[in-house]
Amino acid sequence: MAKARVLIRPKEGILDPQGKAVERALPALGFEGIEHVRVGRMVELEAEDAEALAELCEKLLANPLIEDYEIQTL
Amino acid sequence: MIWGVLQFPGSCDERDALHACAAASGESLLIWHQDRDLSKVDGVVVPGGFSYGDYLRAGALARFSPAMTAVAKFAAEGGPVLGICNGFQVLCEAGLLPGALLRNVELRFICKQVELEEAGGDGERLSIPMKHGEGRYYAPPQMLDEIEDRGQVAYRYADGHNSNGSVRDIAGVRNEAGNVVGLMPHPEHAVDPLTGSTDGLRVFRALERFAA
Repeated sequence: MAKARVLIRPKEGILDPQGKAVERALPALGFEGIEHVRVGRMVELEAEDAEALAELCEKLLANPLIEDYEIQTL
Repeated sequence: MIWGVLQFPGSCDERDALHACAAASGESLLIWHQDRDLSKVDGVVVPGGFSYGDYLRAGALARFSPAMTAVAKFAAEGGPVLGICNGFQVLCEAGLLPGALLRNVELRFICKQVELEEAGGDGERLSIPMKHGEGRYYAPPQMLDEIEDRGQVAYRYADGHNSNGSVRDIAGVRNEAGNVVGLMPHPEHAVDPLTGSTDGLRVFRALERFAA
């Protein structure tokens, strides 16, 4: 089994209110100089066939209309 | 006309939808998500709620249920399908409707009565409640232009009622043939004068003409 990690994030240009909310909270905690925060999600999995992961991402793990994904095999 | 209302684990508006369908069109019955048989119904409602816990993305898992496979076939054959709230999300995820629903722009769950305008309608507004956390309609600009050109916008939020940040005030869309419609607000909660509005009935009745 191949271990893999799939990173899914909102597509560039799509308003990400979660990222904005995190970004706005940071100065109050003393973290200055941080911008362009984007919040996505990560899926860890083990696959018999790592080649099939792209299709899995297109069909289920990500919605290609609104999200980009990146497959990292470990 | 007999409406079938799907029930997924996590659905919560299927009872109101059953009541509304019966009030609007005559009869209704419940269809469990593992069922594939739609032969007893003339139309299908994919109801609101949190199908399969809304895990991963709202509506993403429900589209793989046996019932949804049957609904995709039913829709392709021209049968009327209405997706409400989570049901709208499911239809978008299933590719039966264009676009996607994102988190509300203010990140808050919104629950309130809103006014809608029927696109291409007589200009009469519908007063219907909305209640959702992920109802911000989105499609890429080019797709939006195509949707508008083909007359696929079904409902828009009236001026001042687009509180979730949907692009171009879109509250609901239809497929090209017009037999599949989805919207975020809840027509099934607006079918009795007791709750303030019966405008929701119009949403169900607008699809009756597609029943075989």
